[in-house]
Amino acid sequence: MMGLLQVARGLHANGVIGINERNAEYTLAYNPRDRYPIVDDKWLTKQYADKAGVAVPTLYGVVEIQRQVQDLPALLALHQDFVVKPCRGSQGDGIVVVTGRSRNQYEVADGTYMNDEDMTFHVSNILSGIFSLGGQSDKALIEYRVKFDPVFEKITFRGVPDVRIIVFLGVPVMAMVRLPTRMSRGKANLHQGAVGTGVDMATGITTSAVWKERLIELHPDTGNPVAGVAIPNWDRLLEIAARSYELTGLGYQGIDIVLDSALGPLVLELNARPGLAIQLANRRGLGKRLEAVRADYQRLTSVQARVDYARERFGADTLLLSPDLSATAG
Amino acid sequence: MNRTHLYILAGVLSLCGVLLFAYKAIILQLPLYAGQRTDVWRIESELRFTANGGPAKLTIQLPSATGQLQVIDQSFVSAGYGLTVAPGTAVNQRATFAIASVSGPQIIYSRVVVSRSMIKDMVSRDPRPEIRQPDLETAAAVAAAEIVRAARERSADPETLAALIAQRLTDARPGGEAEYLVGRNPTVARVVARTVDLLALADVPARMVNGITLELERRNAGFVHWLEVFQNGAWRNVYVGEKRPEVVRHYLPWWRGRGEFVTLEGGSNLAHSISVTRSQELSLQTAMQQLRATERRLTEFSLFGLPLQTQFVFRSLVVIPIGIFLLVVLRNVVGIKTFGTFMPVLIALAFRQTGLLWGVAFFAVIVAIGLSVRFYLERLKLLLVPRLAVGVIVVVLIIFVLTVLFHRMGFTRGLSLGLFPIVILTMTIERMSVVWEENGPREALQQAAGSLIVGVLTFMIMNLPQLEHLLFVFPELLLIVLAATLLLGRYSGYRLTELRRFRSLSR
Repeated sequence: MMGLLQVARGLHANGVIGINERNAEYTLAYNPRDRYPIVDDKWLTKQYADKAGVAVPTLYGVVEIQRQVQDLPALLALHQDFVVKPCRGSQGDGIVVVTGRSRNQYEVADGTYMNDEDMTFHVSNILSGIFSLGGQSDKALIEYRVKFDPVFEKITFRGVPDVRIIVFLGVPVMAMVRLPTRMSRGKANLHQGAVGTGVDMATGITTSAVWKERLIELHPDTGNPVAGVAIPNWDRLLEIAARSYELTGLGYQGIDIVLDSALGPLVLELNARPGLAIQLANRRGLGKRLEAVRADYQRLTSVQARVDYARERFGADTLLLSPDLSATAG
Repeated sequence: MNRTHLYILAGVLSLCGVLLFAYKAIILQLPLYAGQRTDVWRIESELRFTANGGPAKLTIQLPSATGQLQVIDQSFVSAGYGLTVAPGTAVNQRATFAIASVSGPQIIYSRVVVSRSMIKDMVSRDPRPEIRQPDLETAAAVAAAEIVRAARERSADPETLAALIAQRLTDARPGGEAEYLVGRNPTVARVVARTVDLLALADVPARMVNGITLELERRNAGFVHWLEVFQNGAWRNVYVGEKRPEVVRHYLPWWRGRGEFVTLEGGSNLAHSISVTRSQELSLQTAMQQLRATERRLTEFSLFGLPLQTQFVFRSLVVIPIGIFLLVVLRNVVGIKTFGTFMPVLIALAFRQTGLLWGVAFFAVIVAIGLSVRFYLERLKLLLVPRLAVGVIVVVLIIFVLTVLFHRMGFTRGLSLGLFPIVILTMTIERMSVVWEENGPREALQQAAGSLIVGVLTFMIMNLPQLEHLLFVFPELLLIVLAATLLLGRYSGYRLTELRRFRSLSR
């Protein structure tokens, strides 16, 4: 067991940033308060994204007040599959993915079933603010269900995998693929047990992976290796990420992109306080990359320049795990 | 982000805190420890006389310019007499009891309470006190001049000069100059009085002090006499006939000069007896009593100016910032997860009423019962606000039932159950059930344990009597807590739990 001070020094030397540093040096410093609603309110995010020409899942409808809940079955009847999500939800809570129907029942992505009563109750709960930060009343969004690209099929257990990219001052600095597991119940959230896979910024190929803060090589449910998968349209993803800065005006943000087999990359949501597990997934700290961007961003005037910078500076150098480290990590 | 601003702000705040604290601790002598006691002496004078039947007037000296002792209280018992307290000569204070018509035996009591003071108030009010030249016969004047001359040759300053003269007069040999001046076997009073005269010849201001020695317990204490010699703007004590007096005894200076302790008009058979007792009092009381008028104003604007009931409330209130500060450290530096930001502090406040073990037990029982009810309610699919309202009502009912139950079982502690913050408990139950559903029982129990541990630690620090005492007597210390919290607000280092979380990245 290493001494705590030694660990801290090691982390610092590797540029690993902690929650306090993220908050004090990045989110508080680079994210203007008045921009938060754009990312906290997913309906607003969609509207801004539409304006900026960034593709998002099509919105089928919005339930804003309790009275509209009774019209919900009629609205849902128009669609075979869809996603219901709270407008101001966090960490993927309250999202129901309906993959199809059988008689009166909705088939939910995690393998369970819901009827109309369950669904209206769930939407009512969303409206009452149970899933929103601070518990203020909320809206429910019903939108297109992403038919995810088969590229991650072998390393996903149900649910929708997505690509999280941290963008600092318009420069994509680090990325990971979040793969749902049985434990995460279809959610692409690392807190809830999804696998996070590091991505080589230059090529878009997955590298190392982390699951429940442990370093892994194989997907815990499917047993397939998580490394070496190439994300299609990587260039396009980087471009969307770089553009998101102009979209929200937030200096430090995380962008979640899903890959639709037909529509290509779609922006699911943006996050003004992206988590730090991405460092574990990539097995490197964010700090040095953020410092590099802070030094250079002023001369990166175009979206293309920022994408090129990311590919040049933040790629290809991923080291494989040394054997002794994998021993302690296991 | 410019941190200089923050550092300056924090620096100014802590400096204010430290300075105020130092002033109150050192100058005003407010005690640093709870229950700290100081010695106080009560000096009671009993004055008896027989009144002649007409008007009577009794004047006594009061302790004044008491040097390293402080008069904290002074009171008189004199039925029917009018009392005036007025300065007599330059340094003396006198109390005069007067009555228009009285006869028969009379008793007047006067009581003075003194305690030690850190500041020696020996500075002379006069820059250069007046010297009264003694009226000596020719022969006496020659003897005096000789003694002064001899002493001067061997002295460095007024103090040693006074000591030498006094010694010379005390050791009066038969037939010498000294005997001529003070007689054979002179009393201390006489020596002191003569020394003052001789010092006047040497152009050194000096005065005779009449006082008493403070002892553990003493009935019929007699007055002792010593000298005060003016040197470099202050009065120095010169004790006559004592080897190392100051170390051994406390002297209470009472009045200066050759005046009598008590003078009477319109009566006879005057007698007085003085008794001294020492006792120990709470330093806080003593300190509050001995504050001078200007300083009193300072305390009137402090927590001591409040009614007692309110003071009691504030005793709990002043420790909250300490609890909050600990919470900030535990959350942002250690990284413990809790339900709700300030919930552990509120729980800790409840623990103050219930006691730790009972508090933890109550908390666990209420949350456990509340959770089971909450899981049952989950089936009813209630909307958020009504569901929370139901939670509050259920918690109230649980507390009600438990209190009655504990009372019947004879646990008196159970009665303080009602002091638990009901809304906080409800929110805890609600959040815990949500975490339970979303992230599993393990995470929920972990966070509950985290909240409870933080609560217990907060309670332990908030319940230190010493800390409570310090913050109540010196609320300005909260400025330092504020400064430290401000600084923590920009702490951007790792949390302890992150060291564990990211430890695989540290190589």
